[in-house]
Amino acid sequence: MKEIKVLGTGCTKCKNTVAVIEKVAAEKNIAINLEKVEDPAQIMTYAVMSTPAVVVDGEVVHKGSVPSTDDVAAFL
Amino acid sequence: MFKVFTDFADWLVFGVFNLSAQTKLGDALHFFVEDVSKIFVLLVVMIYVIALLRASLNIEAVRDYLAGKHRGIGYVLGSSFGVITPFCSCSSIPVFLGFTSAGIPVGITMAFLITSPLINEVAILLLMSLLGWKFTLIYIFIGMTIGILGGFFLDSIKAERWLKSFAAKALQQGQQAQNDNKNSKHKKDVSLQKLTMKERHQFAKNEAKDIFLRVWKWVFIGVGLGAALHGFVPDGWLQQHLGAGQWWSVPAAVLLGIPLYSNATGVIPVMESLLNNGLPIGTTLAFCMSTVAASFPEFILLKQVMQWRLLAVFFVMLLVAFTLVGWVFNFLTPYL
Repeated sequence: MKEIKVLGTGCTKCKNTVAVIEKVAAEKNIAINLEKVEDPAQIMTYAVMSTPAVVVDGEVVHKGSVPSTDDVAAFL
Repeated sequence: MFKVFTDFADWLVFGVFNLSAQTKLGDALHFFVEDVSKIFVLLVVMIYVIALLRASLNIEAVRDYLAGKHRGIGYVLGSSFGVITPFCSCSSIPVFLGFTSAGIPVGITMAFLITSPLINEVAILLLMSLLGWKFTLIYIFIGMTIGILGGFFLDSIKAERWLKSFAAKALQQGQQAQNDNKNSKHKKDVSLQKLTMKERHQFAKNEAKDIFLRVWKWVFIGVGLGAALHGFVPDGWLQQHLGAGQWWSVPAAVLLGIPLYSNATGVIPVMESLLNNGLPIGTTLAFCMSTVAASFPEFILLKQVMQWRLLAVFFVMLLVAFTLVGWVFNFLTPYL
């Protein structure tokens, strides 16, 4: 089970990011534990300055935009 | 170069809709079609080209560059980077914290954050094509001045006292780390991302789509407002009733701008139509800058890192600055 976190302060792009990840995970039948992180103090600990960002198992794999389905497939 | 849009509007309004140029409706609609088509094409082309050029400039590079700069030059640099850095208001908190935890003083960070929404490259080009270079220079000058002086002011009242505690702690640790670095004479390399042409194209395409989807409705509103004023409000009415003679029209315009929220690119068509219909330049600037830089969404975002006190100081400062800009320009207009 992959631990996935979407970092973002609650804008539309962050919601879209969550939706893309859920969609791709469902299509590929991958079990994930998806969490949305909106607390700025927590986001800061990942040293990310452009949101939305995606963290997989504690590692920042994407930041600054809504990932494409290909992007998501690559890091899932 | 822009004649093609006039021809297009001629064809659509007078040809297809069969309206006469002599009627108010025909005149207003012609204005609307010509301006909307022109702005849409300009926007998409300009956003794409600019994004292509600045795809490799990222916020991390800006932060590393600003860290450890002397305060005086820091405000100017912070504000300048605010102009050229791609920025979305939903990123303002991560950016604020990123800068802060690198030990950059609050004033420099805020110089960046104030200027960033007010001025961007797309807005500059759109301003130049719609309102001319003179007005564009004035706009850039004011935007940067507000950022620079605002940053300076926030530092001089020691605004960092009123950060939320976790942000204040991050700032302290950052400054500590900076001092350690200075002693060891170790300098961090500031490097830009290397991108292939294809990645640049992808980035630029996304940017064009993103920004266009965000601002098209503002273009409609702005130009629609302009068309309505153009066709139905008698020439000189605005000037007479909301002109430079009425001192209260500037603060009123600033207050009116707070609940409205748009980015700089979207507000420019509004600016064009207000100016063309005789609203004084100062009042127009005050209204538009308030719409762009002081808004409730921004307020709520900044609340996450600032205590009420700082938030209140910050907003009052912006409102006072915009009002002063409005008054000064209304006063100076006859001499320009």
